[in-house]
Amino acid sequence: MLFQDIVQDVVFWVLSVAAIGAALGVVLVRDLFRAVLLLAGVFIAMAGFFVLLSAEFLAVVQVLIYVGAISILFIFAIMLTRNVRQGNLPNRLQIPAVLFSTLLLAALVVVATSTEWNLIPDGAKTGVDLVQTQSVNVLSPEALKQAGVVSDEAKAQAEKAGLADLLIGPFVLPFEAVSVLLLAALIGGLALARPPGRA
Amino acid sequence: MSLEALLIVSAILFAIGLYGTLARSNVIAVLMSLEIMFNAVNLTLVALAKFVAPQGLQDNLANALTGQVFALFVITVAAAEIALGLGIVLAMYRNTESVDLSQATQLRN
Repeated sequence: MLFQDIVQDVVFWVLSVAAIGAALGVVLVRDLFRAVLLLAGVFIAMAGFFVLLSAEFLAVVQVLIYVGAISILFIFAIMLTRNVRQGNLPNRLQIPAVLFSTLLLAALVVVATSTEWNLIPDGAKTGVDLVQTQSVNVLSPEALKQAGVVSDEAKAQAEKAGLADLLIGPFVLPFEAVSVLLLAALIGGLALARPPGRA
Repeated sequence: MSLEALLIVSAILFAIGLYGTLARSNVIAVLMSLEIMFNAVNLTLVALAKFVAPQGLQDNLANALTGQVFALFVITVAAAEIALGLGIVLAMYRNTESVDLSQATQLRN
């Protein structure tokens, strides 16, 4: 357990430095193309964070959607707008922007460190870990027994605890709303990208 | 790796994204900074799902996944947002031959 903790800490610090460094690069580098590549670095580091936080499905989704689709869209946009030479210039709001984001950072850090978080009790940790890491596949009876889930009722609940079950169960309304939003975005994107003059 | 460390990392990422959104003049750079902010929020959601007990965890273990479901919705909305945002950027470039935000003043007069 101790060795595992050390490995987790090392991975966490490496990912943090990578994510923050790449994010700083995105906002400071002049060349927009390099900024996009650094942005892909931020996305990959974030996928690493998700694996570390036992959200494997989100990590896969992150790589597919962010690294695979959104970065490519950005590269397309940069190529199509063609003034890469002009680059990523700062505007006149430098000092207010730095001040505002530093103040917000300070407030967030104070809140994060001073709040009494209602942490997951040690007894429930293995069950929560099991549900989070196995959020896509079906749980086997052996895995459930190992995690200390023995009663029939708890077993039935844990077997139903998957992302898909939640999306078509308690979260079905936001799920449908998001699908309508995606359809609207699709139609809107088509309408925007169509050259003007042709109805 | 503690909850506080994770929250501080995501707060730093959010502040960097906010700075980029406010202080860059290129529209595409602003959109990239927005994406950094989306990712910082996702990191917060997943970290809280991992460490903080949600309401009703004792009754149903499935409540431990709520944070991940929220992050999933954020990713979906971010994808829709970026598709539209880049479409608007291309329309702006077509009309004004520029992607500079300080020159996007057509609505002013």
